Formats: sequence, C-alpha cells, structure tokens
Amino acid sequence: MRPTVEFLEEGLLERIVSEAIDILCKIGVEIHNKPVLEMLADHGADVRMDNYRATLTEKIINKALVSAPSSFKLYDSMGNEAVDLSEDNVNFTPGSAAINILDYETGKIRKPTTSDYIRYAKLMTRMDHIASQSTAFIPADVEAKISDSYRLFLSLLYCEKPVVTGAFTIDAFEIMKDLQLAVRGSGEELAKKPLTIFSCCPTSPLKWSDVTSQNVVDCAKYMIPVEYIAMPLAGFMSPVTLVGTLVQHTAETLSGLAISQLTNPGTPVLYGGSPAIFDVRYETTPMGAIETQMIDCAYNEIGKYLDLPTQAYIGLSDAKLLDAQAGLETSIGAILAALSGINNISGPGMLDFESCISLEKLVLDNQICGMTQRLIRGIVPKEDFPMIDRMEELLHEQHLLISDHTMKYLNEEHFMPSQTIDRANRSRYEEEGGLTLNQRAHQEAEEHLAGYKKPGLADDTVKDLVRLMEEEAKKYGMDKLPEREE
Amino acid sequence: MDILKQISESLQKGDHEKVAMLTSQAIEEKIPVKKILDEGLIAGMNVVGEEFKHHRIFLPSVLLAARAMYAGMDLIKPLMIRDNIPTIGKVVIGTIKGDLHDIGKNLVGIMLKGAGFEVIDLGNDVTPDRFVQAAKDEKADAVGMSALLTTTMTGMKDVIELMKSEGIYGKIKVIIGGAPVNREFAEQIGADSYAYDGMKAVEILKEYVKDK
Repeated sequence: MRPTVEFLEEGLLERIVSEAIDILCKIGVEIHNKPVLEMLADHGADVRMDNYRATLTEKIINKALVSAPSSFKLYDSMGNEAVDLSEDNVNFTPGSAAINILDYETGKIRKPTTSDYIRYAKLMTRMDHIASQSTAFIPADVEAKISDSYRLFLSLLYCEKPVVTGAFTIDAFEIMKDLQLAVRGSGEELAKKPLTIFSCCPTSPLKWSDVTSQNVVDCAKYMIPVEYIAMPLAGFMSPVTLVGTLVQHTAETLSGLAISQLTNPGTPVLYGGSPAIFDVRYETTPMGAIETQMIDCAYNEIGKYLDLPTQAYIGLSDAKLLDAQAGLETSIGAILAALSGINNISGPGMLDFESCISLEKLVLDNQICGMTQRLIRGIVPKEDFPMIDRMEELLHEQHLLISDHTMKYLNEEHFMPSQTIDRANRSRYEEEGGLTLNQRAHQEAEEHLAGYKKPGLADDTVKDLVRLMEEEAKKYGMDKLPEREE
Repeated sequence: MDILKQISESLQKGDHEKVAMLTSQAIEEKIPVKKILDEGLIAGMNVVGEEFKHHRIFLPSVLLAARAMYAGMDLIKPLMIRDNIPTIGKVVIGTIKGDLHDIGKNLVGIMLKGAGFEVIDLGNDVTPDRFVQAAKDEKADAVGMSALLTTTMTGMKDVIELMKSEGIYGKIKVIIGGAPVNREFAEQIGADSYAYDGMKAVEILKEYVKDK
C-alpha cells in the first residue's frame, strides 16, 4: 500500500473549484498583453482593453481542462526518459532562481558566480534522488539580461538531467528555446521529448504581466511544458483562510491553463504553485510554514481532481544556515509532498525564502529525497509468509546477515543514506573527526565533484550551445563569457 | 588470469565454492601455501575491508567474503600445520563474566576469522581464569573481551589484573569492545586498545601482528 495523506474532504474540493470558476467568470483576470486578450476574446471571453481585464467563460475553462494532458515525461539531454509526471509518481528537483549562495568557507552569503553554477550542475549529475536539475540560482558575473538563458546554457553544458527553468523577459525565450533546439536537433524532437519545464508566474491577485503571459504563449507554440506558479499570500494578497487562498490559487492557475491551451491545445502543463501564508510579525512569506505546506498539498489534490499532473515549491526552508530548522522544514515538506503525490517537488538546496542556495544543503536534501522515496514505497510483504523456515534458519545460523532473503531484499527494504547522515557509533564518529552535518555534507559534495563525468553531448552540440550563448551575450554588450572550468 | 588473483576476486565476490575449487587447484599446482594465503585469500580480504570501510559494500558482503575465506582456509590449514606456517595471528575472545550478550563478540569472531586470524572463542560469561588460561595455553597474540552491560564491563579490569600477576600483560595484547565501553575506559583499565566495531578490531589486530 502506498501511504498517502489528504486534506480536502469530498464536497469541499468541488466547492473550491466551482467558486474559482465563478470568480473567473464574474470578476475575471487582468492580463497585460493585448494579443492574449484578443485570443481570449476570440474564444468568447468578455475583454476590456482599457483595464486589461478578461472575464472568462465556463466553456473556455472546460475546453482548457479537456485539452491539457493528464501526464507527460521529461527526457535528459541524451534523449533518455528521466522524469515521469503521471499518477502519483514523485520526482524531486532543486528549488529555483536564488540570488545568493551560502559560502561554505565563510559561512556567509554572497552573490553566486559562473564557477558556483558549474559546481552546482556537476553536483546535480550525482544527486541520485533528485531526478531533474533546475536553474537553481542566478550567476551574478554576467549581464543581468542574459542571466536566465546563461543558467540554462551552463546546466545543459554540465549535466544531462532535464531542467526546470524560466525566462525573465520575453526576448530571453528565443535563446532559451534555441539552446534546447541545439540539443534536440529540431522542434519536432523537442515537442516529442521535452527537455525543460518553464515556470510561469501570475501575480496575485488574478493578474498576468506582459512577460509571464507571453512566456506561456511562447512555450505553448513549441509544446514546451509550463508549470503555473501562482503565489497567493494568505492574509495579505489572498484570504487569511487556507480554503480562501486555495480558491484564489485555483482561479489564478486555471487562468494560466486557459492561455496555454487556447494557444496550443495539448501543451503539457503542471498544476503548480508557490503560495504561502504571510507572516504578519516579520512581513515575510515562510515557505517552511506548516500552513504553506498544507496549502501546497491541498492544491495538489485539486490538480489531481482536474486530472492534471502537479508541482509545488515545497521541501525548502527559511533558515539562514544548514541548521536544525533547515532540516525539519525541508523534511516535513518533502514527506508531506510525497505522501500527497505531488509529481514534481521543487525545493532541495534552498534556504531563506528560496533566496539562497547551499550546495551542502542540496547534498543533505538528496538524502531526505531518498528517504522520502523509500517512505512512499510503503510496507509490503516480500517472501515473508510463511516465516517458519526463516526463523529456523535464524536459530540455526545465529544470524541472517548472509541469508539469501537478506541478500535479495536488503537494498529494496533498507534505504542506505550517504555518510552525510550520521549513523556511526559515538566512538567512530569521534575518531572520524566528530564532523558537523555541514562538514559531512561538504565532504560528500567534494567527493561527488571529484567523481564528476561530463555529459555525453556531441562536440558539435557543445559548439552550437557555446556559439548561441556567445552571440546572445554580444547583443547585450558582453564580448566574452566568464571563464569555464572543464 | 593468475590463479591467485582469481582466488582474490572470487573471495571478494563471496563465491565460496569457487574459492574452494581454485584453492585446491593452486595446491595441486604446487603453489606455496604461504603464497596462496597471502596473495590469494588475504589479499582479497584486504580489498573487502577497504570497500566496507568506505561504505561501497555492506556487512553481508563482508560476511560472504569471510565464508569464502574459510572455504579456502579449510583446505590449506592442514598444509600450514604440516609446513609449520603460522596463521597471521591467534586471538582469544569472549564476553566478560556475567554477560550473556554475545552478538557483537560473534560478529568480531566471524570478521577476525575472515581476515585470516585463528580465533579461540570462549563463548559468553567467561571468567578471568579462563581468559588467562586460554591465552597462555594457546600462545595467543591477543585477548578480546566484550561487554554490553555497565555492570559487567568492570570485570575486564579483573582479567587485566590477573594477566599482570601471571606475567603475560604487555606480551599478549588486550583489546576490548561493546556498547558501554570506550577509549577512555580502555585506558583506565590498562587495555591496549578499544575497537568500536568488528572491522576496527580486525584493523587494530592486524597492526599488532604485522611484524610477527
């Protein structure tokens, strides 16, 4: 039995969805993008160009719900299947777009560089329990206008895993699409084997900017999967109640679904988000708050009810260091998300309201992801009945350490964490240096980096990627990209 | 491939049948027994120890390799006795008087044997007299004592005191282990060393007998 958790009772879920549709059909949504408004008008929406408001119809929403696929897969840069976003499958991906990195040597935050990003991408090749990479942070040593595409470029160059990413501008989509075409060879291949997911974020309440709505449209044209990241803030930019925030999140997400599915029916999407409660003491948006995580799990139920694969920013922490809070918030989130069956869980590596990456935390979180994957495999009998013979074997042999049954099921039944998780007896722990969690995680990171192997991309593909990125950099006045290590 | 290398690799895989077969073959080919032991069996076990230490393999694989080691040892043992070739070392082990918890001690025994040691296992609830007598009779290189209880661990000191009065303290090494025991306690009672697990015991004892 796969263990599960549910938050919304029958009846409540349906009421949330119907209330959200009611809001979209009565109040509508603000979209600062004329072609998108025109497209919605063509499909029967009541559109006002002066205040950018589109009041949708049930017909539009139903049409979008019918055409959106209920599952899809991601493929790595070599074309191999890597992520299955269907049913209750759980996949992890690092959080995204942090602006700081927690420096191991100084224990302080600083702006990340190309070299940090390369270390991250290399490390991701070895994070066995994190299925895809994300453009997790923004290198500050390139022109800001190419910082989105540059992350994708580095990720593709150093790690084969598919990439959860996003464009910061309308123009950046072009190069980010071209980089993917260089890897896949053609638009048809890219549509057949998606390599990336683009995060597209409405603004609460009920608003799409020119950039984000255009990103949804552009992705749809190339069948590039999109995850909608609505961010209602309970008590501030959405009702204080979790149910009220869920209604608003549903409305905002469905409006995004309408834009992509009317542009190109069948475009793969994830029913995602990054909602949070608003902490009225600190004026912050705690991602590690238990209520934030409850909202995430609940909207996942709504997504599943609408027959869509799901995503959430959950399993991350607001702590500033790799401390106990970092571990507890991340673990609670990862476990709840996995029990809920959220298909793509964005979180590993992140601290400080998702503004800071820590490579040591990424290494620790990889272990949390592994434990979580084990958890949802549940408890199932494996040649356990009848057990008389095995008990006799135990009594006769004095132990079962080399029993055939042990050898057959050890690795399936027991998750074997890395040395970052301390399971040594105290004497051994002390003899091996009495290292802190942070030190052990750093040591593991260094071992992974030493064992790094380059992706199998063809030389010509690498040359294409470099040429595309250099041309893009030139457009914004950068004659040379920062040095890259091998 | 060189037959000794094959023995080593089959042992690493825990294939006791193949190790037995290859060892017989090596004996037939008149390869010196010492060479079969050192470059085949023990060489293989050394690799296993390293792999285990770095978490690349787990305890069951070590025990399977140990079983393969016994399979080879059983065949060369008579020849070692005939040619007067010593094992790498001889250790007397047991749990201390009053303590019936012998899971840890048994594991240490399996691993020591697997590493090529001759192990005289006195069982559990062993009195100081028996420890000391066996150490003398067997001309052991070391005595290994284990305890699980804080109430019994003090009995280790009695063994050491008896060894002193019998004049074998310092000549025969003392190694201790068990959940309540630690390095400080070992120093306090005058034990030569403390091992926090079975593989550590092997490592320490191998160091002691290295120059034999």
